[in-house]
Amino acid sequence: MVDAAFWFIVVLTLGSACMVVLNEKLIYSAIALLFTLFGVAALYVFLWADFLAGVQVMIYVGGILVLIIFGIMLTNRITSVNISHTSVQKGIGGMVVLGILFVLGIMILNTPWLHTEFVEPAQTTATIGTLLMMEYLLPFEVASLLLLAALMGAAMLSRRDD
Amino acid sequence: MDSLNTYLFIASILFSLGLFGVITRRNGVAVLMGIELILNAANLNFLAFAKFGGMNISGHIFALFVIIMAAAEAAVALAIIINMYNNFKTINVDDVQELRQ
Repeated sequence: MVDAAFWFIVVLTLGSACMVVLNEKLIYSAIALLFTLFGVAALYVFLWADFLAGVQVMIYVGGILVLIIFGIMLTNRITSVNISHTSVQKGIGGMVVLGILFVLGIMILNTPWLHTEFVEPAQTTATIGTLLMMEYLLPFEVASLLLLAALMGAAMLSRRDD
Repeated sequence: MDSLNTYLFIASILFSLGLFGVITRRNGVAVLMGIELILNAANLNFLAFAKFGGMNISGHIFALFVIIMAAAEAAVALAIIINMYNNFKTINVDDVQELRQ
């Protein structure tokens, strides 16, 4: 049962990821990206990362995807047909990507990965909070600075000054 | 199903699809979607190593930072794309080769 659910989610994620990169219509790509992001969030649950799954749904689906759809709608007229969404050099690109995938597959199979037994954490959220405030305090503060800079930069860039 | 290799293979396929999108798409927003796929693949790897490779909760924190960075990157990239559209009336990344029109 759990196996079937896992493989269903894997097929959903990878299939909709194919749709994202291959579909001619950009808005369909954005909708397919929604399913990919939900699928990845479900895979996070299989990896015992429940908090990260929630964060993924809130930030990616609720934030970034909405931003991308805004971007599509602001840069295209929905009704016009002759917008170039098409891909170029699919053959060469596909060969390069398949080569990279092949090398990655060989690397994954041949590397002696370190396997340690990881007991299921009792509560991930509390541990993440503690770690953020103790060991990872400096990166946490730097991340807040990065977000502030990105916010101001994006607002300044997209402002029309005429 | 529940092994490190399974997740690494899923993540590498996701990464390859994202890379394919980045190198073949010519629309700026579509290139951005490819980058999001690549970042998701990286996150999947972090969490897979958190569960199977002994990174424990530290892997979760790295994934959290990747998500924060992705949010900042998406906002700035879309601001640049909209600016590009206002200045050049196109978002084909091959047509925009000059710093000013």
